[in-house]
Amino acid sequence: MSNSDTAPEILRTVDGQPLKEALTRASRSARIRAFLLVLPLLVFVLLTFVVPIGQMLSRSVVDEKFSENMLQLGAWFAENDSLIPDEAAYAALVADLKVASAQRSAGNVGTRINYELPGTRSMFTSAARRADEMAPPFKEAMLAQDPKWARPDLWAAMRSASAAATLNFYQAALDRQIGADGTFEAAPENVQIYVKLFIRTFVLSVVITGLCLLLGFPIAHLLATLPLRYASLLMILVLLPFWTSLLVRTTSWMVLLQGQGVINDLLVWAGIVGDDGRLEMMYNQTGTIIAMTHILLPFMILPLYSVMKTIPPSYARAARSLGATSWTTFRRIYLPQTVSGIGAGGILCFILAVGYYITPALVGGADGTLISNQIAFHMQKSLNWSLAAALAAMLLASVLVLYWAYDRMVGIDNMKLG
Amino acid sequence: MALPVYADPLERIWYYTYRVICALIFIFLIAPILIIMPLSFNVEPYFTFTSEMLAFDPAGYSMRWYDNLLTFGTAAPDAVRDSSWWADVWANAKWVQAAKNSIIVGFFATIVATVLGTIAAMGLSRPEMPYRKLIMAILISPMIVPIIITATGLFFFYSKIGLSGSYFGLVLAHATLGIPFVIITVTATMMGFDRSLIRAAQNLGAGPVTTFFKVQLPLITPGVVSGALFAFVTSFDEVVVVLFIGSHEQQTIPRQMWNGIREQISPSILAVATILVIFSVCLLAVVELLRRRSERMRGVTPG
Repeated sequence: MSNSDTAPEILRTVDGQPLKEALTRASRSARIRAFLLVLPLLVFVLLTFVVPIGQMLSRSVVDEKFSENMLQLGAWFAENDSLIPDEAAYAALVADLKVASAQRSAGNVGTRINYELPGTRSMFTSAARRADEMAPPFKEAMLAQDPKWARPDLWAAMRSASAAATLNFYQAALDRQIGADGTFEAAPENVQIYVKLFIRTFVLSVVITGLCLLLGFPIAHLLATLPLRYASLLMILVLLPFWTSLLVRTTSWMVLLQGQGVINDLLVWAGIVGDDGRLEMMYNQTGTIIAMTHILLPFMILPLYSVMKTIPPSYARAARSLGATSWTTFRRIYLPQTVSGIGAGGILCFILAVGYYITPALVGGADGTLISNQIAFHMQKSLNWSLAAALAAMLLASVLVLYWAYDRMVGIDNMKLG
Repeated sequence: MALPVYADPLERIWYYTYRVICALIFIFLIAPILIIMPLSFNVEPYFTFTSEMLAFDPAGYSMRWYDNLLTFGTAAPDAVRDSSWWADVWANAKWVQAAKNSIIVGFFATIVATVLGTIAAMGLSRPEMPYRKLIMAILISPMIVPIIITATGLFFFYSKIGLSGSYFGLVLAHATLGIPFVIITVTATMMGFDRSLIRAAQNLGAGPVTTFFKVQLPLITPGVVSGALFAFVTSFDEVVVVLFIGSHEQQTIPRQMWNGIREQISPSILAVATILVIFSVCLLAVVELLRRRSERMRGVTPG
């Protein structure tokens, strides 16, 4: 270039560009090339995974079943903020119910309010059927139809449902409901399920992770210290369950654990329990814990093993030669070196356990089910999709926190399988 | 881990106790899988060993549940077993249909996951890859996010865009679930890959495509194949997403098993389970051979 003699200290490439710029350009194009390789998959995962889940989660704060059908009442709520409905409010209600009756959407409207106040759906459907016959004054007409229309909590529920965006489903997922004065309060003891269910899910996951650690640690230690020939043979015993279908393993546990199953038969035959005292190990928490421990055990053993394999045995020998007992050696020398493996396996097991669905659904019975089963229930049976989405959002949030912790501790790129 | 000569009696006792404990844990791991195999030959519709079975009396064993797999759902299960009977089985038997569906969906899902996953893993294993950790976290997340959340999300998304009940939608969903396994196994293989080989190939005049097929691919094949097997198994074992987005005709083996277990569990389930265990033993053998091959190629010899 022309000014090369004025600034001789700048290094240049053969074709005269400053070396720094050429290098920046080359590394930028290398970065773009690498990114372009990843791009198709990233777009694919975003489209088939991230976007669907995001859209599903948006349902947890939006429900239009009431707001899009009850326009006049919505307008009344926007103008008045009193809790006592006047004649105009009842007139708006009846007008909306007439439209809803014509469009056959009264059931949807009722369903939305029914989420907040159980038992109110039929009030909407039957009032909508009669709406055409009603004449002013509408307040008296509605109260003659059903005196429950004067309930303040019903009006509070309708007010909160008149906006499409709502946090009510999160309130419901936290066992709170609309009280008589229109504000949220804790639901009665006997209908509080979700907080208990979350606690149960976390407690069971901790128990299962703990059991996996208890059973996985000796196995991983044995595999890491045996000569590789024997270790790779025994490794098959760990990997075979890992590769076997989840449903197969769950089925096996159902066969083993049921009242007339193999374990009970064995116990009766051995005389440990009487024929009438067969243990109930299935359709309760015991079943969930046993089956899930078995299923998640390889996820604990494999990370532990890969950490333990890197621990040089000479450290333990050095400790022994310096006078430590074998217990002290284990506690002070060996155990601290396995902490990263314990963390990796523990978090992985816990993440997988928290979101488990199939095994609890099949062997869990009533008190061995987890939060996933409740989400499935609201998706398939009660059809309260927004509540399902709110529960899913809370579950997902806790899993993502754990995932972040896993990344900080182990690094996602260090994850290994088999 | 031989017992050292200086071990005191307590340590000797612990040494053998430890072995016994480990043996018991191995039994816990493997026994549930093995126990269903003999039970699937039970002549009675029970899930426990009958006295005939314990006495190894041939009368206590039968193939009737395996036979049931072929006849369940056929038009004429008791007809003479000629070619038309087999045609009937091929066209109508529920379990055969389920197997066909599982294999078709699994095959295409594996192809999508493996091709996209391998290309992406090549990018991810480059040192200059920007936002590597974040992208990796997104790509691995289908394995971490609870399956019920994925299934729920896909249920709404697919019904909105009209993919629910289609094989195409199912293949896409299963491919997404298999991708983390492909990414993990292939990037693990890539990490041990000597990048100077690429430069050597380019130096000798090979273009990027030739370099990939002649130099990189042969060396990373073991990782790609085990990733593909993982993806296939994931699809082959997946039930929740199928339950949520599959139509009534899209019965796969796990869905059929799920229905069987929930409604009325018959030993036919055990027969299927036995076949699946044998299938996973074969897969495990392939993966193990691949791993050894990969170690040999990279000069790591097992002791």
